[in-house]
Amino acid sequence: MIDFTLTDNDKKVLDSIRAEALVCRNYARHYDENEHEFPPDELPEAKDFPPMMSLFGGRTKDDTGLGVISMMVAGAQSWGDYSVRMRRGRGGLGNAALRAAGTPEQQQKWGGLTLAMAITEPGCGSDPSRVQMTAVLDPTTDEWVLNGEKIFVTTGCRAEGVIVWATLDRSAGRAGIKSFLVEKGAPGFIVAHKEKKLGIRADDTAAYVFKDCRIPRGNLLGGKEEIPKESSGGFAGVMKTFNMTRPAVAAIGLGISQAALDFTREQLQAAGVVFDYAPGAASQSALAQRFFELEALQEAAMLTVMRAAWLSDTAKPNNLESSICKAKGGAAVREITQGCIELLGPMGASREHLLEKWFRDVRITDIYEGTGQIQRLIIARQILDYGRTELK
Amino acid sequence: MISFGPTEEQEVARDAMREFAASAIRPIARRCDEDSQTPDAFLEQAWQLGLVATQIPEAYGGAGEARSPITNVLVLEELAHGDAGLALAAVSPALFAMPVVEFGTEAQKRELLPLFCGERFHAASLALVEPGPCFDPTALRTRAERKGDGFVLSGVKCCVPLADRASHFLVLARENGGDAVQAYVVPRDAAGLALAAPEKNLGLRALTTGTLTLERVEVPASARLGGDAGCDARRIVNLARTAQAAVLVGVSRAVMEYAIPYAKDREAFDEAIAKKQAIAFTLADMCIEVDAMRWLVWQAASRLENGIDATREAQLARSYCAKQAMKIADDGVQVLGGHGFIREHPVELWYRNARTLGVLDGAGLV
Ligand SMILES: Cc1cc2nc3c(=O)[nH]c(=O)nc-3n(C[C@H](O)[C@H](O)[C@H](O)COP(=O)(O)OP(=O)(O)OC[C@H]3O[C@@H](n4cnc5c(N)ncnc54)[C@H](O)[C@@H]3O)c2cc1C
Repeated sequence: MIDFTLTDNDKKVLDSIRAEALVCRNYARHYDENEHEFPPDELPEAKDFPPMMSLFGGRTKDDTGLGVISMMVAGAQSWGDYSVRMRRGRGGLGNAALRAAGTPEQQQKWGGLTLAMAITEPGCGSDPSRVQMTAVLDPTTDEWVLNGEKIFVTTGCRAEGVIVWATLDRSAGRAGIKSFLVEKGAPGFIVAHKEKKLGIRADDTAAYVFKDCRIPRGNLLGGKEEIPKESSGGFAGVMKTFNMTRPAVAAIGLGISQAALDFTREQLQAAGVVFDYAPGAASQSALAQRFFELEALQEAAMLTVMRAAWLSDTAKPNNLESSICKAKGGAAVREITQGCIELLGPMGASREHLLEKWFRDVRITDIYEGTGQIQRLIIARQILDYGRTELK
Repeated sequence: MISFGPTEEQEVARDAMREFAASAIRPIARRCDEDSQTPDAFLEQAWQLGLVATQIPEAYGGAGEARSPITNVLVLEELAHGDAGLALAAVSPALFAMPVVEFGTEAQKRELLPLFCGERFHAASLALVEPGPCFDPTALRTRAERKGDGFVLSGVKCCVPLADRASHFLVLARENGGDAVQAYVVPRDAAGLALAAPEKNLGLRALTTGTLTLERVEVPASARLGGDAGCDARRIVNLARTAQAAVLVGVSRAVMEYAIPYAKDREAFDEAIAKKQAIAFTLADMCIEVDAMRWLVWQAASRLENGIDATREAQLARSYCAKQAMKIADDGVQVLGGHGFIREHPVELWYRNARTLGVLDGAGLV
């Protein structure tokens, strides 16, 4: 049955996450202004909060599905603070890739490590088939030799290992690209520097250099060394990782824009602006009308996220929908945070409040995990039934 | 529990409406628009779907199925995908009957509901919208003043669906000079009620609408919907806004589904225009927004279904859908270029309909 009400169990989870998120928010400004001083794994005041997994105990089939509630949890966390949130719990993007593409033995072996994911290079981002980093097998030692550079690696410093994309044969295009697991400490693997960013500054973003970096032959994810003739299903397999990470990225962004909306409403109300949803447009103040517009955008976008996750919960394909919600969420959070500052005027731009930080933090949403344009490309190909050569 | 899954019955109903919209609505939509007329034959045909009678309790001659705002928005999206004007015409008796089901006194239900349970289409309508700028469904100009046991109604109502055929009107008015809005059942032949010639509108022309002038129309106390208890006019407006938003989803989906094959087929500069990103991304945006709009509508409908106040959700759904539908229809015309401007294609019709619907705040009640 179509329903949008939360059960008591759902509320219990979200209330607890929100309470903890507010603790994180107390640290938001500090780690924003002290860019490379990363927050500790556990904040002193957050010690007594129940561990995440325990919150999910006792759920029944009458509660909201795990995928949907996880998206709401992600939003509730970033509503507190984006980066301080990121510190809690282990696991990075690379862990999702390991689960999607690793053999059972590989998952067993490395599943406990925090893994970053490094696809992007100085010369390629949106089009990962242009990856230049090379992997060459040295049959004498049964090792892969990696050479190349990776940039913008999230959790790059903190991670204990990384999944990198490298090509076995540049002339083979996407078919030649494989993913490898490189543990920190591998010879020739250098963390070159930390990036300085517009927002999400407490987030650890690093650049890597691989110089004749040697890793064991068994570190090729999935273990398939041959280059398939046709453009590979393996590539598509790795891309599938994004079907849940894209909704999550959108959800995280929307948590931040929700914080911006909540703050803006509070401030406007304190200044005497009336929010009454009953009257028609003709009887609304310009401020209230604009606020409702942003609020509708927020809800519409969050609903597309929940829809993508619900499809996954009910074992239905959600490739199209995960791009829809990433595109919608990415654009929505930009407009919402820009609009909130506009509604509050100079106060909105002051560093005395977090709104200006949320405006900076949220901007990443429409860029990583596939830009808004790339999502539209994916959507357009699907609805037009075009392949990647027909629409680039 | 958050769920986007319609029930099996809802899926069956939705599929049946989709089929009806394709076979019985879309083929006549252009002609009805050109004629500015809702054909009686269409109304009879649509009546067989049982859109109204099924939701009337058995005690008053209906099928007694639970009234579901969720089913209603699913049905409306499909019918409006065929044509928004004809969709609203087909459900217009519900504008009158459903408030009676929800708020009517026993005597009102016994007198009025059987009218909608017969074999033939029966027209009765809601008189909500008022002419002139700054119309707001919660701040009406039409007044009801107490006089003796009854009321005297004065004001002007426009955009009244099928006013030319309606046996009764449910007139919304402010009572005794206060802000509270109540509804009054006014028979068509009431003294002081005048009906102008059918309106000429930009869009929704397939729906015949009329303007009513109420000049000191006297009605007995029993005409007040719900008697002494009155009705919850806010819920009526919330239902209306949600339904109207659903119609806008249907219109938007129609534009998208027309523009996609057109863009694949039409060539310029040696390839299909759909292969140009400017066009492809416009189509992708339509796809994104049709989804986003629909979930806002479902969210509002779900609250209405659960009897939770939906004022906020209905307002957000209506205003969002009005804005996005206008953009989608606008982009639809652009994707077709000059052909979008020509009446051989339905896109200009949807462009007019989207603009018209978007400003009829609260006028799409079912
Ligand atoms: C803070 C941060 C964290 C990140 N974390 C990671 C990480 O952990 N791992 C990782 O691998 N990467 C990461 N990235 C990289 C991120 O995924 C890329 O920046 C992103 O995919 C865009 O690539 P690009 O920067 O090279 O932009 P480009 O690909 O150069 O794109 C520039 C512009 O061109 C547009 N464009 C490109 N191709 C097309 C096309 N076909 N049609 C229309 N427009 C197009 C883009 O949308 C964009 O607007 C991170 C980036 C940042 C900033």
